[in-house]
Amino acid sequence: MNLLETHGIEKRYANHLALDDVSISVPKGSIYGLLGPNGAGKTTLIRIINQITGPDKGEVLFDGRKIVPNDIFRIGYLPEERGLYKKMKVGEQALFFSQLKGLSRAEALKRLKVWFEKFEIQAWWDKKVEELSKGMAQKIQFMITVIHEPELLIFDEPFSGFDPINAQLIKDEILELKRKGATIIFSTHNMASVEELCDQITLINKSKNILSGHIDTVRANYGSNIFEVSFRGNPDDAKNALNNGFELIQLNTEGAIPKVQVKLQSETDSNKLLQALLPSVEVVSFNPVVPHMNDIFIKVVQDYNKAHGLKN
Amino acid sequence: MKEIMLILQREFMTRIRKKAFIITTLLSPLFFAAVVILPSYLASLDVTDVRKIAVVDNTGNFTNAIPSTEYIKIAYLNDTPAEKVKNNLEEAGYYALLVIDSAQNSQANPLLTLYSQKQPSIDVLQHIENTLDKVIETRKLKEYNIDNLDKILENVKTDVQVRTMNVSKNGEEKESNTLVTMGLAYILSFLMYMMVLIMGTQIMQGVIEEKSNRVVEVIVSSVKPFKMMVGKILGMASVSLLQIFVWVVLTVGLASVGINLFMDKTSTAQMEQLQQVSQGTDNAQVAQQVEATQQMSDPNNFLAALQNQNFPLIIGGFIFYFLMGFLLYAAMFAAVGSAVESVTDTQQLTLPITLPLILSIIVMISGIKSPDGPLAFWFSIIPFTSPIVMLTRLPFGVPTWQLALSASLLVITFFIIVWIAAKIYRVGILMYGKKYTWKEMIKWISYKG
Repeated sequence: MNLLETHGIEKRYANHLALDDVSISVPKGSIYGLLGPNGAGKTTLIRIINQITGPDKGEVLFDGRKIVPNDIFRIGYLPEERGLYKKMKVGEQALFFSQLKGLSRAEALKRLKVWFEKFEIQAWWDKKVEELSKGMAQKIQFMITVIHEPELLIFDEPFSGFDPINAQLIKDEILELKRKGATIIFSTHNMASVEELCDQITLINKSKNILSGHIDTVRANYGSNIFEVSFRGNPDDAKNALNNGFELIQLNTEGAIPKVQVKLQSETDSNKLLQALLPSVEVVSFNPVVPHMNDIFIKVVQDYNKAHGLKN
Repeated sequence: MKEIMLILQREFMTRIRKKAFIITTLLSPLFFAAVVILPSYLASLDVTDVRKIAVVDNTGNFTNAIPSTEYIKIAYLNDTPAEKVKNNLEEAGYYALLVIDSAQNSQANPLLTLYSQKQPSIDVLQHIENTLDKVIETRKLKEYNIDNLDKILENVKTDVQVRTMNVSKNGEEKESNTLVTMGLAYILSFLMYMMVLIMGTQIMQGVIEEKSNRVVEVIVSSVKPFKMMVGKILGMASVSLLQIFVWVVLTVGLASVGINLFMDKTSTAQMEQLQQVSQGTDNAQVAQQVEATQQMSDPNNFLAALQNQNFPLIIGGFIFYFLMGFLLYAAMFAAVGSAVESVTDTQQLTLPITLPLILSIIVMISGIKSPDGPLAFWFSIIPFTSPIVMLTRLPFGVPTWQLALSASLLVITFFIIVWIAAKIYRVGILMYGKKYTWKEMIKWISYKG
């Protein structure tokens, strides 16, 4: 069951096509990574989902039907370009934004109290936003994004501006929201956090969706048949054992346990590698090397641009 | 609606808590009241000042011809040469010295010269001129040897006063006062102009601030940009109406306290003085002045004229034209604010908006003299200038069909402009990194929502 689907979204601005036939399907309860280089069209897609602007073609389905204006109360959006009223007091401001999200004043007050306690920021209520540090303001911003407990959350670069401790705090909050059943769309350039959090991804490049799927499938698909073997014994023996039929990528002898990275020919099966090594050394571990999202990102984007004669 | 209310409320509360707003709202009435009271107050100071005028009559024909009044004391120095007094005016305690020399031609008027250290005040001059005019006129008349001349002169003495009454179609008569009507027209249209310009600029700054703060994207993810803009300009309109209300209440309060303090003393003193000046003269100018002063300062006449203004129509008209005009211009200012990222970029873009405002004021100033002339008429129909020019015409009375035409054109224009402004606003607030021109902003209107 998909909470959100877009079908063939197209959006044109005066002199360029911001989105070209973009379709994505976000399963209910998943964390969905929206990746892509700067200017690829991610923010435009997010704005269309948030109904800030409309598509020229295509449609957005929310909960199985065409999205309607009132759905914004079921969506929480943390924009990349975010800010607060500097001269307004924190509490008043949080209250204002909570009410804009459809909460009654009393309900907003009640929920804000819980969040202020959770983040241990009760003392900030009467402070002006301009007195807060950037990280503190980001916490408020996060809070007002999730205060109405939306089913769909859209985070655009949620970790920018946070120190590692607060980034972890937000990461935990995101996982907690997922555990409670929320669906999360998450746009970032931080590929490590994509691997850590996302279930599904879509890579948008030059206005087009060029890669979609479950993150494990994507990574496996881009696996290049490289295995890493750590072993006890003489590294030279291992080297000799791999002399025929294997491509030695890297031999690391620095640690107590040496490691070797080997690329298999596409027709070779991985047992052959073990069979070749077993007579010479004691194998301690044997793992396929799964490519990191970072490498996939760069490879996919560069290949696409080369194939279409585009600049990076 | 709920979102518009929330935006409106936030805008209103933040604005009225600003120090600058509180100060201008509370202190301006002091200034306004001072403008009302000061002339009376100053006049009350002036008249208590007794001035001594020395007269050296070298002809010998005008001995004791000029009478002293309460505030102008005339001293005839028969044996003192003029030169001696002239250089010691202050030491001798004289305000001025009048020297009367005979003309070379015996038929001509005597040569009068007034020496003073400061520029002599108008009432002194008028007193001297008017009395001597009268004296010489009487003498000339006497040369015709008419019997009972004094009696005839007494009989022909005339002082007409025009009482202005407005007559409505069904024959009702009302006391009117041109000065009151003009004053009201000025105040209404200047208030409108000031508020639109000041508050419009503030709305523009507010939009720019939200945009450069990046708070705008957070808001538009929960509120349609149109509602956000409408909420903002309505909030600002409420702020302005509150300010005007406080101004009117405080100014009227302060001015009536002030007038009670000075008015009795002043008006009577002023009256006496002017009457003395005009005593025994037919000088039309002076008579007119006296009348005008009487009209202005006779509290009953003034109040009657004020009360006889059609206040329900004027207040209703003011609120309608103020709101429509304010929102019309505010929407345009908001649209400009959305297209830039700093206030310094707005100058060129605001010119097309301020131009009709400035034009309205120019038309208003000339139109106030002929409120039914073609200039005032056309500009009170054209929607962009009508909020100000129609307010100028309103106290003078405007035919219903003109009012209806102007109002409906304004309402139609209002909806069109707000629609266009909202389209520009919606696109502009999310555009960064460039200063946009009107040409580009017009293109945004065609963008799909």
